[in-house]
Amino acid sequence: MAGSPRLRSAVLSAVLLAGLILVWHLATLPAAGSQAVDPEYAKLLGAAAAQGQKSAFPTPAEVGAVLWRHLSNPFYVRGTNDMGIGVQMLHSIGRVMSGYLLAALVAIPLGFLIGMSPLLYRALDPFIQVLKPISPLAWMPLALYTIKDSAVSAIFVIFICSIWPMLLNTAFGVASVRREWLNVARTLEVGPLRTAYAVILPAAAPTIMTGMRISIGIAWLVIVAAEMLVGGTGIGYFVWNEWNNLSIPSIVTAILLIGLVGMALDLALARLAKLVTYAE
Amino acid sequence: MIDRPLISVEGLAKRYPAPGGKPGTTVFENLWFTVHPGEFVCLIGHSGCGKTTILNVMAGLEQASAGTVIADGREVSGPSLDRAMIFQGHALMPWMTVLGNVAFAVRSRQPKWPKARVLEHARRYVELVGLAGAEAKHPAQLSGGMKQRVGIARALAIQPRMLLMDEPFSALDALTRGMLQDEVLRLCRETHQTTFMITHDIDEAILLADRIVLMTNGPGARIAEIVVNTLPRDRTRHEMHRHPHYYRIRNHLLDFLVDRARDFAREAEAGGWDARNPPEVRPGEAEPSLAVRNAAPSMARPTPHTDVA
Repeated sequence: MAGSPRLRSAVLSAVLLAGLILVWHLATLPAAGSQAVDPEYAKLLGAAAAQGQKSAFPTPAEVGAVLWRHLSNPFYVRGTNDMGIGVQMLHSIGRVMSGYLLAALVAIPLGFLIGMSPLLYRALDPFIQVLKPISPLAWMPLALYTIKDSAVSAIFVIFICSIWPMLLNTAFGVASVRREWLNVARTLEVGPLRTAYAVILPAAAPTIMTGMRISIGIAWLVIVAAEMLVGGTGIGYFVWNEWNNLSIPSIVTAILLIGLVGMALDLALARLAKLVTYAE
Repeated sequence: MIDRPLISVEGLAKRYPAPGGKPGTTVFENLWFTVHPGEFVCLIGHSGCGKTTILNVMAGLEQASAGTVIADGREVSGPSLDRAMIFQGHALMPWMTVLGNVAFAVRSRQPKWPKARVLEHARRYVELVGLAGAEAKHPAQLSGGMKQRVGIARALAIQPRMLLMDEPFSALDALTRGMLQDEVLRLCRETHQTTFMITHDIDEAILLADRIVLMTNGPGARIAEIVVNTLPRDRTRHEMHRHPHYYRIRNHLLDFLVDRARDFAREAEAGGWDARNPPEVRPGEAEPSLAVRNAAPSMARPTPHTDVA
């Protein structure tokens, strides 16, 4: 086959996607010879079961139709439980961004200090090691109790889960700045502040950016679960709400969009990381 | 010597304590030597005798266990812009361009200069080391030799009283090394730059240095003697081996590094050696054989090492 490797991999991706949809389609085809169901029972189970399908799982065409309906009008607000998927997504992105940026504001300066001072590093290490493996959702009741505001609690959960990778990577990046570069700064009598922003920060920037990229990924994972708990708005709440409606096509749509937004966030951070990366 | 030394190393020692209060290792002990204004001094010795430590102490980057370094009449207590350092591994900041690396140093020396003047000054030094046109490149895009040129430009751009070099050419291939040695020779002659360099390359020392400080093997390394280079000051890499002094100096250095550096303790015990005043020897002028005298009657008379303005 002719064409660049890039084109060929794109064709292969398309073929795989088509195959996946085909398998999905075949698996959700209505079973032949549909049996008659008691109409009362059909009403209870829903239309899908009444029509004698194998399961309530939607076909690709159904999901496509729902996806199109959501995407053609994403930004409407008709009440607390009826908002466009775009509005829900923006709520989630807003929460993730505020928690994440707050975490960055704390983690990067603190990581700088920890990286510069072996004493501080050793003193804070036990705290970090204990706090880091705690599931962010375990903080939720405590946050709800003390903050008494579900929206702020969700932001706090994002904050607490995205702080650790940034903190540890910043500390590691700062601590492993090449001695030579610091010696250059010392022989040039560069003051501590200028050394920090002109030598240590650019030297550690790629490592810091890696931490920020890990953090945004974790924050996006956690927001869905957090919003299922706190409710109200957000894509996590949307998924839970649609589950209560037993609208599987809407859930599949939301899953797809969660993946796409997560990818976009990661790509944006990767772009930023590229800006500060240097070749040695 | 009439002029006051620019750098005077007095009784320098470095010891590392052993765990448990036992007497630790002594890397070097009771070192005394001087570097005079306009002079190029090389220190030569095997690895492990603490050469880099000596240089770091002179630069103010490291503390000695005993003794002091006096620079310009003052004791060295920390790094200073008066003593520029050229590092073994060039130590350029990879996120800065060539010009940025040099300008970083210039801005440190002249914080009050406007940006345009800093860049102008930096550009002049980039040109001086023959890198005009490569100002906007990053270190990763340069060859090893070009990187070290940037390192030299960065050190010279702050116009230091003294240049300290730590085996600056040891990571380069032979061809590049030769070219850079010529370049350093030219720059130091043009600017009368006082320079102290560490090396383990005998030919490099003979080409560049006015005096060569010989160190014995560690641990407990000492300065055995100081060899005065009696080759004419305008020597070149291509011509110097024709001078009758060349092989005498070279053989003397080689003999020292191969045999005497190891067994110097015995030699010192035999008497006559004083750590405070290590003997200055002139192997180039020693035992002038008739054959050499007759063969090269027109050879320029070696100039003493202190005849710099």
